[in-house]
Amino acid sequence: MRDKRLTFKKRLHILKHRYRDKKMAPAFNAFHTFLFAPNETTHSGSHVRAADDLKRTMNTVIMALIPVLLFSMFNAGYQHYAAIDAANGISRELSLFENFLTWDNFWIGIVHVLPLVIVSYGVGLLIEFIFAVIKGHEVEEGYLVTGMLVPLIVPIDTPLWMLAVAVAFGVVIGKEVFGGTGMNILNPALTIRAFLFFAYPTWMSGDKVWVQGAVERAGGPDAISGETILGYLAQNKASEFEYSVSDMFFGFIPGSVGETSAFLILLGGLFLIFSKIASWRIMVSAVIGSLVMGLIFNGVVDAGWIGESSKFYGLMSFDFWKHLIVGGLAFGIVYMATDPVTGAQTNRGKWFYGFFIGFISVMIRVFNPAYPEGVFLAILLMNVFAPTIDHYVVRGNVNRRLKRFKNATVHPKTTEGEGAKLQVETV
Amino acid sequence: MALLSKKDTSLILDPLADNNPITIQVLGICSALAITAELKASIVMAISVLFVMGLGNVVIALMRNVIPSKIRIIVQLIVVASLVIIVDQVLKAFAYELSKTLSVFVGLIITNCIIMGRFEAFALGNGPYRSFLDGVGNAAGYGVILIIVGFFRELLGSGTLLGIPVLGDPIAKTGLYSIGYENNGFMLLSPMALIVVGIIIWVQRSRNRALIEEN
Repeated sequence: MRDKRLTFKKRLHILKHRYRDKKMAPAFNAFHTFLFAPNETTHSGSHVRAADDLKRTMNTVIMALIPVLLFSMFNAGYQHYAAIDAANGISRELSLFENFLTWDNFWIGIVHVLPLVIVSYGVGLLIEFIFAVIKGHEVEEGYLVTGMLVPLIVPIDTPLWMLAVAVAFGVVIGKEVFGGTGMNILNPALTIRAFLFFAYPTWMSGDKVWVQGAVERAGGPDAISGETILGYLAQNKASEFEYSVSDMFFGFIPGSVGETSAFLILLGGLFLIFSKIASWRIMVSAVIGSLVMGLIFNGVVDAGWIGESSKFYGLMSFDFWKHLIVGGLAFGIVYMATDPVTGAQTNRGKWFYGFFIGFISVMIRVFNPAYPEGVFLAILLMNVFAPTIDHYVVRGNVNRRLKRFKNATVHPKTTEGEGAKLQVETV
Repeated sequence: MALLSKKDTSLILDPLADNNPITIQVLGICSALAITAELKASIVMAISVLFVMGLGNVVIALMRNVIPSKIRIIVQLIVVASLVIIVDQVLKAFAYELSKTLSVFVGLIITNCIIMGRFEAFALGNGPYRSFLDGVGNAAGYGVILIIVGFFRELLGSGTLLGIPVLGDPIAKTGLYSIGYENNGFMLLSPMALIVVGIIIWVQRSRNRALIEEN
């Protein structure tokens, strides 16, 4: 008999108890803790009473991603209509309230971005649930952020089945085989992106995939183009795009779904820094790394070593600071590189880790025009090196202290002094 | 009396599953990664290794009492190199295209860890008949994994099997391709071979828990 007076929470609680020690228990537990704060404590180990558990950490990142997601929905529509206008020879002046924040634009975003989000969460959480049930552990919250990142880093017209295959691959091979959340070496969202890139390159690069509708119109009479800025630069066609610096900064440019708006990503990054979720060291050092590499390339062009005929000229002569506001570099630095699981753990290590992410990203962009989007490769590479960096930072620390200990001299006289402290002086 | 005694049967059957050279001993991985993008190449490689290993084991077993142990590695290399050259020449004569696909990997059968391993571990201490069975069994275990990996990589990577399109025509958009299916280009890259081998190991070990090492 169902008692109508029972609250939903109470019912869920009863259900949970009924399924305790059964095979499906993790699934019910996960659903329960997803909706309500659990009132149970762990049974072993020391207890720390803190509000910032994994769930809250994840939710903070999601909050930082929501503006990006909303913007990307408007931008999806805006780029679609702008490309159609451009194909018809109409030049389009951007106006925030007249032709950007419109229902028409948002509708395109809803129809094309939301399914990506749903597929990403649906497939990813299904696999997490299956693994939790088979292994008999709790469902971890790790996928909440990954599931939100994935739709933001793929081109808008990515077929949903491809996304589903890639998510299944990324979650199983990138995360579950290592032992699930907290044990993975590689960032799962980037593993998914890398899988898509290498498995279906025609859907992940070129000038057709970045604007909604460009693929299905390709070759037809109403064909539209959606080359990204990096794409133009890689082909040495810097003069052919008409995006101003403010377009690049605020994100009114074609690109992967959520990567375009450096402004909103910056706000999200500041939010993550002030809520102490993400490491400012990684972000700052990655920015420095990309600027350094950009400056080196600019210097090479200024020195006259690379002429306009070189295939690297377009990207090398691109102002060094603009690398941060085009393509996925900003998004990668703020949301991907700072992943606490796959990044470096030590403070000094974070500086190295972040620096090389920025440095290598710009290097891949310039030297390999086939992958103007080198950010995900750079972050995955540094993910692999993060434990090595940490190892050497810790070793360096141990060695320094050992040296200090060896060189230390004990002053026996001071033992009679005030407080009778044993004073150790470093030499 | 059966054709093969129980002990002899296990010589052939063990390497196929519970003592598989690739998935359990993790030997001979390099060639398994390099040439499995096509099923045909996998099959030819499997047959070549079967030939080299079966005959090589017999030759070594026949000579096991006359080989001085100090130079046994050199002798083994000479035996396996001669057999590989035979395979290589036959392939060049009768299947030139295929020998170009396999390129250096036929030559590298010489250094295939499985072959040297079986010479050392088995043929030097057993008679020719049992050595032959052991060689055939291990080569078959190697070949089975190669063929499984080649099957999935060619099917998912190119949509063909033995070069015959089975999923439709990707350019004319027939069959599966008409509903938006696309070949998975990642399957043709070597990292995917490692992952497919890894998945086979995973499946095998979760079916037979005795294979999981304590750590």
